[in-house]
Amino acid sequence: MEDMLFYDRMQFAFTITFHYIFPQLTMGLSLMIVYFKWKFLRSKLDKYNDAAKFWMKIFALNFAMGVVTGIPMEFQFGTNWAKFSELTGGIIGQTLAMEGMFSFFLESSFLGLFLFGEKLLGHKLHFLTGFLVFLGSWASGYLIIATHSWMQYPVGYEILENGRYVLTNFGALFSNPWLLPSFLHNQMGSVITSSFVVAGVGAFYLLNNKHSEFGKLFVKTGVIFGLVSSVLVAFPTGDLVAKNVVKHQPVTFAAMEGIFETEKGGSEIVLIGQPDVVNKKLDNKIAVPNILSFLTYQSWDAEIKGLNEFDESLYPTNIPGLYYAYHIMVGLGTIFIGLMLLAAVQLYRKKLYQTTWILWTLMFMLPFPYIANTTGWYTAELGRQPWLVYNLLKTSEGISPTVSSGNTLFTLLGFIGLYILLGLLFLMLAGKIINKGPETAQQH
Amino acid sequence: MELFWYIVLMTMLTIYVILDGYDFGAGIIHLFFAKKEKDKKAITNAIGPFWDANEVWLIASGGVLFFAFPTLYASSFSGFYLPLMMILWLLIFRAIGLELRGQVHNKMWESIWDKAFGISSLLLALFFGIALGNVVRGVNLGMVTDGVSTHEPHYFFLPLWNSSFSPHAEHLGIIDWFTLLLGVIGVVALTIHGANWIIFKTNSDLNEKLKKVVFNLNSVLLILVVVSLFIWHIIEPKPFHNFITHPWLWIFPLIAFSGLFGLFKVKSFQKHGMGFLFSSLFLFGGLASTVASIFPKVLPSTNAINPDLTLYNVAAHEYGLSVGVYWFVIAVILVIIYFTIQYRVFKGKMDDVGYGEH
Repeated sequence: MEDMLFYDRMQFAFTITFHYIFPQLTMGLSLMIVYFKWKFLRSKLDKYNDAAKFWMKIFALNFAMGVVTGIPMEFQFGTNWAKFSELTGGIIGQTLAMEGMFSFFLESSFLGLFLFGEKLLGHKLHFLTGFLVFLGSWASGYLIIATHSWMQYPVGYEILENGRYVLTNFGALFSNPWLLPSFLHNQMGSVITSSFVVAGVGAFYLLNNKHSEFGKLFVKTGVIFGLVSSVLVAFPTGDLVAKNVVKHQPVTFAAMEGIFETEKGGSEIVLIGQPDVVNKKLDNKIAVPNILSFLTYQSWDAEIKGLNEFDESLYPTNIPGLYYAYHIMVGLGTIFIGLMLLAAVQLYRKKLYQTTWILWTLMFMLPFPYIANTTGWYTAELGRQPWLVYNLLKTSEGISPTVSSGNTLFTLLGFIGLYILLGLLFLMLAGKIINKGPETAQQH
Repeated sequence: MELFWYIVLMTMLTIYVILDGYDFGAGIIHLFFAKKEKDKKAITNAIGPFWDANEVWLIASGGVLFFAFPTLYASSFSGFYLPLMMILWLLIFRAIGLELRGQVHNKMWESIWDKAFGISSLLLALFFGIALGNVVRGVNLGMVTDGVSTHEPHYFFLPLWNSSFSPHAEHLGIIDWFTLLLGVIGVVALTIHGANWIIFKTNSDLNEKLKKVVFNLNSVLLILVVVSLFIWHIIEPKPFHNFITHPWLWIFPLIAFSGLFGLFKVKSFQKHGMGFLFSSLFLFGGLASTVASIFPKVLPSTNAINPDLTLYNVAAHEYGLSVGVYWFVIAVILVIIYFTIQYRVFKGKMDDVGYGEH
């Protein structure tokens, strides 16, 4: 039984982590491609259209990876989490079915037109198809986070005698207070990823002295989008998400922040330190007094409950994992704001393209938003454990009753092998497209 | 309300089989009949802009199954664990075969992805046929051993096969000689269907040859279908019970056979879309007849202890099903608009689209 739960969780964690590498770029990049195409329509300068076309190649590859790794996600609710699906399908099935009907059809129908229809459609309609692809991908994110929000903060339901969850209020799924902050926070996270990818590729071109015109355009666009999204991801969206956690999952909040004891006169914010769960303390701690109380309640001496106030049976199952995930996300987020701010100042002073150390940093920072987005999701998911539906249904109660651990390990190993192959192919082909660089309208 | 969603789900699955079916069929043709680069190009052009949207019907059907019939979704997806995972892996191979082939111009690279695309298309057609066979045959619900249920009555698990390969064994496997027969029917029917799509959407040199292929395979299909109908009698004592009580249901087998016989005239069709129309009729009629035959069962039980799963004992609660109708109707209208636009822009022959070139 323990093995089964472990392999089921590992398989879901592995496949969703790998899958989400792709949609985060899809959502952010679709916005930026629409921006390039819009700039082209307004200015009629070919470079904007060429830029859009270049990023569409990366987008197409990335989108295909997202689709093929996405289908296993929907299947796994039934294959590995059958009991969970049986009990709550009447509720989370709503939002997941809506995702299929509203966003996947929209995305996939217009993606073909967007990628192959520029000549057939003309620029204005082509822009429109791009916009619809963007809309579809963001709607998909919205409906997934509506599902996620219900699991974090269940609303609009009733539990029958046989344990089934029944929907009683459809509207409540969408007015869930957990939904909007989480959605906006997540979308800003994905715009950060695309900004760093666009800016990083631009920096690569500038440092190599090739495609310099595009290099400048990409760095400039990436830095502007990156600065705005890095700020918005922290405030107000991240702040609102944290306030939901402290209000509705206070024990999770204490574990995330690494507060073992309630502090009188206001809580410190922990920057670095290693949680020791057995002795209930933080080793090698570096912390700033009273900041956490201020950030959480706008009052320097507000009390924040530590883990000592809760029964151990309510603790998140993996406190160190949760603590690290959260601190890595916040730490990287802070670095992103700092870097983008510096780059934006240099851009304003018209010195950015010559400041090589910033260009090098932008290039090497390219993978880090992926880590920040992933650890952000780990914070949300580990923070909910041991619950599958918060305070109602345990994760261990949701697994498929008839699938043996040997079968789950078999498919987990299969996914690991297959996804390593996919990852290598993706890197190779994306590298090839980037190395070749954008083609200008004259070349066509 | 259950009945409404049941019809919706069956319709969506049928649309999926007709649409992604021609993609699988095109893959099989690609594997066995496309020798020249030009022919391969024609085939990928014919399905290039469509396959992704076609596959969404599978995902959307899965979503509707999850939301409207959560118990069936949970029961069948966990019970058919291994074949579903393999279908997923094959779908992945097929998709990357199609999408990555054109990214690098190298003979070896291209031939690797050609094979990935072709072989996974073939196996998918086989697996979907086998899946249909399992639904018709039924499973050991509750995993009854020696007259006692070992699990809740709506759960089960099937290995890929058992040693006897027999549909009568107490402990069934996914693959036995009956389900394998339906798998082969799936392969043959979708190969015909895919060939018809290529004839419809391209001016390839292959088309004349494909017409002969369609004609020959159609004879094979006719024999297989007749054989399977006889065998069905052995599996299920009263397969035509519903047809006797509701004679109007005969329309479905009639449609299937008119599609099947119509295809024998493939060589004299004037319009290129005719063949595709007939093979679509066959797929629609065949699936609808199967559904009509087992209605209202959605997954029969092979033991006497646990009851069949029917659309009435696996459905979600009334309120959720009713409220779903509102958003579903809006979504369907939108989907029809998207498809009309998509097929209009890419109407006619696809030889010049240049799919997958970068």
